[in-house]
Parts: sequence; structure tokens; C-alpha cells
Amino acid sequence: MPLHLKRLIMTGVVIVSLFLLLKHALTPDSFGQYGHYRGNSMAEIATLPVHYTGNSSCVSCHDTIITMKSESYHSDLSCEGCHGAAYKHIASPKTEKLMKPDSREFCGKCHSINLARPEKAIVQVNIKDHHPEKNCIKCHNPHQP
Amino acid sequence: MTEKKTSLSRRNFFKNAGIAAGTLVAASTLPAFDAVLFAAVKRNTKGPWYGIAIDIEKCIGCGTCAKTCKIENDVPQEPFFFRSWVEQYTIKKDGTLKVVSPNGGIDGFTQSVPAEEIEKSFFVPKMCNHCAKSPCVQVCPVGATFETEEGIVLVDEKFCIGCKYCIQACPYGCRYFHPEKRVVDKCTLCFHRVKKGLNPACMDNCPTKARISGDLNDPESAISKFIRTKNVYVLKPHLNTGSKLYYNALNQEVR
Repeated sequence: MPLHLKRLIMTGVVIVSLFLLLKHALTPDSFGQYGHYRGNSMAEIATLPVHYTGNSSCVSCHDTIITMKSESYHSDLSCEGCHGAAYKHIASPKTEKLMKPDSREFCGKCHSINLARPEKAIVQVNIKDHHPEKNCIKCHNPHQP
Repeated sequence: MTEKKTSLSRRNFFKNAGIAAGTLVAASTLPAFDAVLFAAVKRNTKGPWYGIAIDIEKCIGCGTCAKTCKIENDVPQEPFFFRSWVEQYTIKKDGTLKVVSPNGGIDGFTQSVPAEEIEKSFFVPKMCNHCAKSPCVQVCPVGATFETEEGIVLVDEKFCIGCKYCIQACPYGCRYFHPEKRVVDKCTLCFHRVKKGLNPACMDNCPTKARISGDLNDPESAISKFIRTKNVYVLKPHLNTGSKLYYNALNQEVR
């Protein structure tokens, strides 16, 4: 075999083995554990923090208001749907306060009249005409509307 | 020269035309994707097989799902990035269609078309369909996005190289490019909540319980009952994506 061919083949062998070595070193251990992906990534996603902790975490302190709500039209609503994610408030209830939305626009997100809202699903008012001078919560208790 | 003549011969023309016609006829006998038939079969023998159901008859377009999704999953607040959002479809009396989604519906909807011009209007909440034959997963060049054995489509943000090919491939527009992480991000069906036994944040906080998710393998689950008792439809069934997001009362105008 001529020398230049031998050199070429040797260079090829070196490049391919380097590639295989690098591939082995750079592929994470869990890659291919379940399929063509990194198996550990599932566990990493699963351990992400929960922000919305659910009504069950509110009941230990706010039981009276939850009982009131559970007997009203708003019984299906989650507390955090209006008040926001509670994870910080639960960790430090004194300093981290949740929001108390009271604007007409906030109530209007569900209750302002819109032909797209199914009539049976929700009570709707024209928020431009319906007592525009005051906030909804002056007359309606959101926990017992 | 002789060879070229042969390849252009009448015999070869008929042969190739026959093969092409035969392939077309054979392909036409393949069944189209049928979402309910698909849901009827147990797909994961080891555990749950997740699907989603959205009841358009119950959706009031408040945008709570889109709002809670952003907070639960640290999605950037700018109105270009959504894992979950709501669209309002308005079919006008002049036969045109208007689709709006101001800030994904997070700030609520105001009727932008005068009532007398509206033939029909409805809300369509959208999110990842968690397809069983995901086009987005098929195109990923590095194996950074995948379908879990439970039928949830996830992105490995440590492995994603940010080529955005999957954003192009998703026919439902459910992926976005995270501006800070510089990787693709999408709905995980709140994988971190589901694994802790909770429901996804958008479903827990939906005031009318218009959206549910659950195990399609379990015939007694709420979602299996939903599919059995309602007239369900998936988006773009002709694309054969294996979508597992079942809508009740979906109009054909929805894309």
C-alpha cells in the first residue's frame, strides 16, 4: 500500500475513534434509559416547585370564609383563581399578603355581558350600565354573591 | 444512449404510472385519524395515559387558565409567550370570521364586534394537545423533546439547543422560545403537579370546571366519561398527530 493511502486511513481511524470517544463522554448516563431522550430530565421537571397550592391549604386559617363560599354560587371557584398563587403566603402569612381584587374590570372578566359567554353558564351584566358609580363588592360579597 | 431510450419507453411509462396509481389507491385505504377510536385503546400498560378535555359550552373566557399557567410555570409575562391561552371566535353575519386573543385572554375579553353583526361567538381555550404521534418530537435533532410513557410531551431544557425546529413543526402553535433561557418551552400538563397527585394549575383554577385532564386508560375517570358522553372532536385530525385534547362542542371553523 502506498504511504499516502496508509496516512489517510490512519487519520480516518483517529478521527472516527475521537468522535466515538467524545460521543461516549458527552452523552448523559440516562440518555436512552426510556427512549431517545435524557431519562433524568423527567425527574428534574417533576421536582419543580408548586405555586398554586389549592383550597385545602387555605382552609386551616380561613375556614369561615371557605364555608361561606362553599354554600354560595361561587362554590366551585378556587381561592387562588381570584387571590393569586398562595405558595409565598403559606410560607410567611404575616408578610406575604395575597391580592384582594375589587375592581369592576376584575369581576367583569367573568360577568360582563359577552355573546360568546354561554348564557346558562354564568350571570352576566352590562358593566357600563349596571351601577357604574361603585365597585361591585359594595353590594355583592364575592364569597356569597 | 440505448439506456436512455429504454427508460423513456412506453413500457416503462405504463409501469411507473401503474406503480404510482397503485400506491395512491393503497394509501387511500389507510384509515384517517379518529380521536375517539384512538382513545378507546389502552396505550400504556404500565401506568396512566393522560388526555385533556375542554368543554366549550362551559368556557366563559375569563382567562384564569392562561393567567395561572404563566404564574405556575414562570412563563414570561410579555404577551408573546403562552403555554395556555384563550381565543374568541366570532362568526359575523356577513360570513366572515374574526379571531381575537388579546394578551391570551388574561385581561378578559371585550366584545369587539357590534352585537347586531354577530351570528355566533364562542371561546376556545388552547394548550398543548400532548399528541401521541407528535410532529414536534419527530423533528427534534437532539432528542431534547420527547413523549413520556404516560403520553405527556416534555422538553429537556438542559438538552435543547434552541434550533426552534419544533416550533415550526407544531401545527397548533403551542411552543414558544423562552427569551431568557434561550430554549423552547411548552405546556408540561403541569408534570410537576401531576406527579405530586395534583391537577394542572389551569384546571384547578378554572371557575366553571370547563377543562379536565386524566387517565384515558381508566374507564371510570372523568375524562373517559367526558369522551363517552359528549360529542368530542380534536383539532386538525387530518394531520394525524394523535391529538389527545378533546373538545366538546367544537365548531369546524376552529383551526
